[in-house]
Formats: sequence, structure tokens, C-alpha cells
Amino acid sequence: MTMTKNNGANLLATVTGIALMTVFSIFALHAENETSLLILLAVGAAGVFVAYKSGFVARAGQGLQAHRHVGDLCIVSAFAAMVLVFRNDHFALLQLATVLLYCVVCIGLNLQIGYCGVMNFAGAAFFGVGAYTAAVLSTHTQLPHLLVLLAGGFAAALIGSVLLLPVLRTRGHYAALVTIAFGTLFRSFLEVNDTLGGPQGLKVPGMQILGWELSEGITVFGMSFSFYVNYVILAFVLLAGVFILTRRIKRSWLGLSLDAVRIDETAASTFGIHIVRWKITAFIIGNLFAGIAGAFFAMMTSFVAPANFTFGDSLILLSIIVLGGIGNLWGILPAAAIVLLLPEKLQAIQEYRFLLYAGAVILILLFRPQGMFPRRLRTLIPGLGTLK
Amino acid sequence: MDIGFIGQHIWNGVMLGVIYAMVAVGFTLFFGVLDVIKFSHGDVLTLGAFVGLATYLGLQRLDVMSPFAQLIAVLALSIVSMAFLGALIARYLVLPLRNAPPFITLLITLMVGTVIRESIRLFYPNGSNPQAFPKLLPTESWHLGSFTLRVDTLILVVVGVAVILLVHMLVNHTRLGLAIRAVAQDSETARVMGINFRWVVLATFGLGSGLAAIAGLMNGLYYSEVYFGNGTMLAVIGFSAAVIGGLGNIYGAILGGFLFAAIQIATVVVLPLPSAYKDVVAFCVVIVLLAFKPTGLIGEKSSERV
Repeated sequence: MTMTKNNGANLLATVTGIALMTVFSIFALHAENETSLLILLAVGAAGVFVAYKSGFVARAGQGLQAHRHVGDLCIVSAFAAMVLVFRNDHFALLQLATVLLYCVVCIGLNLQIGYCGVMNFAGAAFFGVGAYTAAVLSTHTQLPHLLVLLAGGFAAALIGSVLLLPVLRTRGHYAALVTIAFGTLFRSFLEVNDTLGGPQGLKVPGMQILGWELSEGITVFGMSFSFYVNYVILAFVLLAGVFILTRRIKRSWLGLSLDAVRIDETAASTFGIHIVRWKITAFIIGNLFAGIAGAFFAMMTSFVAPANFTFGDSLILLSIIVLGGIGNLWGILPAAAIVLLLPEKLQAIQEYRFLLYAGAVILILLFRPQGMFPRRLRTLIPGLGTLK
Repeated sequence: MDIGFIGQHIWNGVMLGVIYAMVAVGFTLFFGVLDVIKFSHGDVLTLGAFVGLATYLGLQRLDVMSPFAQLIAVLALSIVSMAFLGALIARYLVLPLRNAPPFITLLITLMVGTVIRESIRLFYPNGSNPQAFPKLLPTESWHLGSFTLRVDTLILVVVGVAVILLVHMLVNHTRLGLAIRAVAQDSETARVMGINFRWVVLATFGLGSGLAAIAGLMNGLYYSEVYFGNGTMLAVIGFSAAVIGGLGNIYGAILGGFLFAAIQIATVVVLPLPSAYKDVVAFCVVIVLLAFKPTGLIGEKSSERV
């Protein structure tokens, strides 16, 4: 088989794969009753299994690497197709946007945990810092909302930097405690603080960017769109930006240094890698992402309350990462979709969701300790050799 | 502020400190033998309290009304079942992953805790609401001016201190304790010396979890109610106490437990903040302490073997 022929087949696999996944997601979001959803899930699971066994996934992955632009184009059109299909379905769009925002947070966490090995058990708390910052700033100041988003990110990064001193001086379990204590403290603080609304939370005005009112529906060529379309599109842009930035970091010498710090601190430092610098970088960038997503989330749902930012929510974020594969950026999206959407769709398991996630994570960690779809080894030169 | 008021708070602090110290001792024991944190500890504690509650209700059905018999049955069943559960968790979930990075073991035990907690909420009748816990201890109280001493709290503190001393004796003066300390110091060498590593680990986890059951029952008796979410906060507090004391050190855990309670009480008595801020302040202190004493107050010197 010639190289070009192989190449074409890979590309075809990529395009078909993305198209199939899009169609599947549309059907899944549309499913009205539980029987049809269960049948759909069974078909989906069987499809994924067959795709893995037949080497389709590997092909699609190679195609994606070889033709990055075609792949990006496919993803953008898949997204556009979904928005068109659900243009007037408020609930589906809200869920879609929530999944996208959770992906942003999880990419941040992956940068910390999956790349650099800095533990963060307070993802939801940093998300909450961004959300509350947005609530306060957009209610009490005239700051443009794009800046409010950034401010949410910076606030989370700033509070993260305060935690940095103990995080950097401690190791392993001691470092984990710092973030666990912070997550618990943040929640109690919100509940008892009356200026921040106490347990009832705060109202947040809708987003407005350069005169563009995001909380109003739009009509294009006679087609009316729900106002959530605005948020979904903006969330997609945000996710794309964060994703591209993180992929760049991963592929560059920055990512190599982060990996070295995670795998062996002592060896990394003997090779002249400044461990503290990289831990700071990863921790701050990760929290920045979480904060921006939080600010966005607050303005989208126009409401923040402590109940959204508990330690349990931080664990859900970690479940997404483990399900997607620790350090695997591509795994985050399907994992977030499963973790967030499944309970909404299957009312029967809504009540049992924490139990089921916890059980699933235990099984995955026991049998596949690197997560469901672990990150592949770093390829030094494609097709030649691998370097971890 | 009169002396009785302060005395009352200090007594509450002692009571809390005993409970925290018991939880922290469990964490420190587990860390000692396996270098892992078993985060499901707090939820094992809650489950212990619920087993006690269920035992009590069962005895009522059977018309066993003697408070003494009830107390003994509640204690025995709760402690034995939790010790067994702790050993099971160690055998099937912690031991297989003992060489995994801390993130993995922490996450898996957190999730085990979630499974226990959610199971109580979903499967105990009306489990999502707080349940009244029976008053199994004498309910009278002594008044000394404005200071009221509840007899049951006095019993709880005495029992708690006795249990902690007992554990201390067990670890320092028995063959099992010798084995535990040997494994904690160097598990390879301990194995070479003929110590049954797995058995010692399971015994330690059983011991710690039995301790958690006692702490859970004490917590239930003290507040006269139990709630499925009790364990989460107690686990975070117990873990904090063990860490600020220095993981792996029993004295450190006891010190940390009482220190945490002292900070909480000091916040209520001294600072001009609503008492609800006591957890916020206490955790802030924990974070600051870790910044200055990264391996705890009585910490092991951390150095790395390459």
C-alpha cells in the first residue's frame, strides 16, 4: 500500500468518525424517552467497541494528526450542525454550553494534574471564584463583560497563587490537603458570608459584549434562534481557544518540561529544569482557565450559589478527567458529555449519579489506572520513535 | 464574658478535640503502614454511626430495653462491622494500588467514601435527612455557676481519652504494635524478618476503622443526631489534624486534633466574627501552617532517596 493511499484512508476515517459522533450526539440530545436513549447508548457502545477493534480509531487519530486543518474544519462544521438542529431548544443548548465550559475547566485541571503533576482537588472552588467575581463585578461596576470574564480568570489565578506557597513547599498527600482544605473553606465561606448572598447566592446580569446582548434571541434569514445560541457559540470559541493554547503548550518545550517535572522531579532538576517555575506556571494557567469558565457560567445561568461549587463538584471534574484519560485532551469532551448529560437524560439514574460515577471511577482506577483512554506516548518524530 | 461561658467553650473544645484526634489517629495509622491516605475514613465513621443506630432500632423491635445491653450491642456491632469493612477496603482497593501515585490512591478512596455516603443517603430509610440518635448515656447535668457539665460528655471524653491511650499502648507495647511499627518503618525489611505484611496491613486498617466507628458513635451521642454527610467534614478535619501534626506520628495526630478544635473554639470566643466562620478560620490556619511547616509540626525530615 502506498503512503498516499494510506493517508487518504486515514483522512476518510477521521471525517467519517467525526460525522458519526455528531449524528450520535444529536440523536442522544434529542432522545425523548429513556428506552430510545438506552437503545442509542447500546448502539453507541457497540460502535465504539467495533471501531477500536477494527483499528478505525487508530486510523482516524492518524488522519487527525496528519491533516490538522481538515480535522479542525470538520469539528467546526459538526458544531455548527448541532447548533442549527437545536436552534430553539433552550434546554439542549444550555446543556451543550455547560459541557463546553466544564471542558475548559477540565483542560485546566489536566494541565495541572495530567501534565505537571500538581494536585488540585479544588477545581470547582476555582470555578466558583470566577463565577462570584463575575457576579460582583457585573452587578456593581460598569466593567465591559469581556473584561469581567478575564477578571474572573485572574481572580482564580490570584487566589491560586496565594495557595502556591504551601502547595510548592509540600509534597504528595500534604499538597493534596492544601487544595482539599481550600475547597472546603471556600464553600463554608460562601455559605456564611451575607454580602455574597449566603446560601441563596447572587443574581448575575446577562452577558453583553460590544453592544451585543447575549440574553436576547436572534433571527437570521427568517430563522429564529434561542438566545442560548449566543452563549453556546461563545463557549465554543472559548473552548477552542483554550484547547489550541493547551495543545501548543503540550507540543512545545514547555510541555516537555511539564512532563519531566511530573515524571521525576529529581531527574528533571538534575537536567536543569526549574521545578518550581513549571509548577507555578501550570497551577496559574489551570486556575485561570477554571476562573474564566466560571465567570462565563455565572453570566450564562444568571445565578450563582454555593451549592454549585462544592467538594463533590470538584470530584465530578476529576471523574471527567479520569474517564477521559489523565492527560488526554481529546478524551475530555466525550467524558464531560457522558458525566453531565447522562443523568439529565436518564431521570431514573439522576438520583444515583454520584454513586454511579464513584463506582465507575473506582473500577477504571483499579483496572486502567491511567484513565479510560490514556494519553499516548509523546511522538518525537512521527513514525520514528517514541519518547514519554 | 464570664469564666463559666469560657469554660463551657473550652469543654466543648475538649470534646471536639477527642473526636478529631480519634479520626486523625486512624489517618496516621494507615499512612504509617502503607504511605496512603484512606479518605473513605470519614464515611466509614458515618456508616459506623448508622450501623449503631440500626442496631438500636433493631433491639427496640426485639424489646431489649436495658440501656446497658443496648449500649454494648451498639458498640460491638458497629466496631466489628467497621473494622471488617476497613480491612475489606484495604484488601481490595488500597493494597492493589499501593505503589500508584498519591493522586490515584486519594481519588480512589475519595470515591469509595462517596459510594458509602451515597449508599447511606439512598438506601437507609429517609437517609437524606438527619436521623435522631438515641440517648444511650445518662442525661442529667451538673451546674457550676453558668458552667453546665453534661454527664454524657464527661463519659465521652473519658472513654475517648481511654481509647486513644489504649491504641497508643497497643502500638507501643504489643507484638502486633511491634509488627505495625516495623512495617511502618521499612516494609521490605519487615517482610524479610518474617512479618506477615498483608496481615499487619489489614489489622491496622481494621484497627483504624474500628476507631472510626467509636468516633462516629461518640459524634452521634454528642449531637443526638447523625447525618449521611457528617463524615465528609470530619474526614477533612481529621486529615488536616493528622497532617498538621505530621503524618505517621500518633502524638502528632492527637496534637493536631486538639489544635484544630482549639482554633475553632478560639474563633468563636475571641474573634469578632459570627461563629459560622470557625471552619473557614481553622482551614486558613491549616493552610498557613503547612506553608511554614510543610511536613507538619512533629514532621519526619523529608529527604529523597535517589
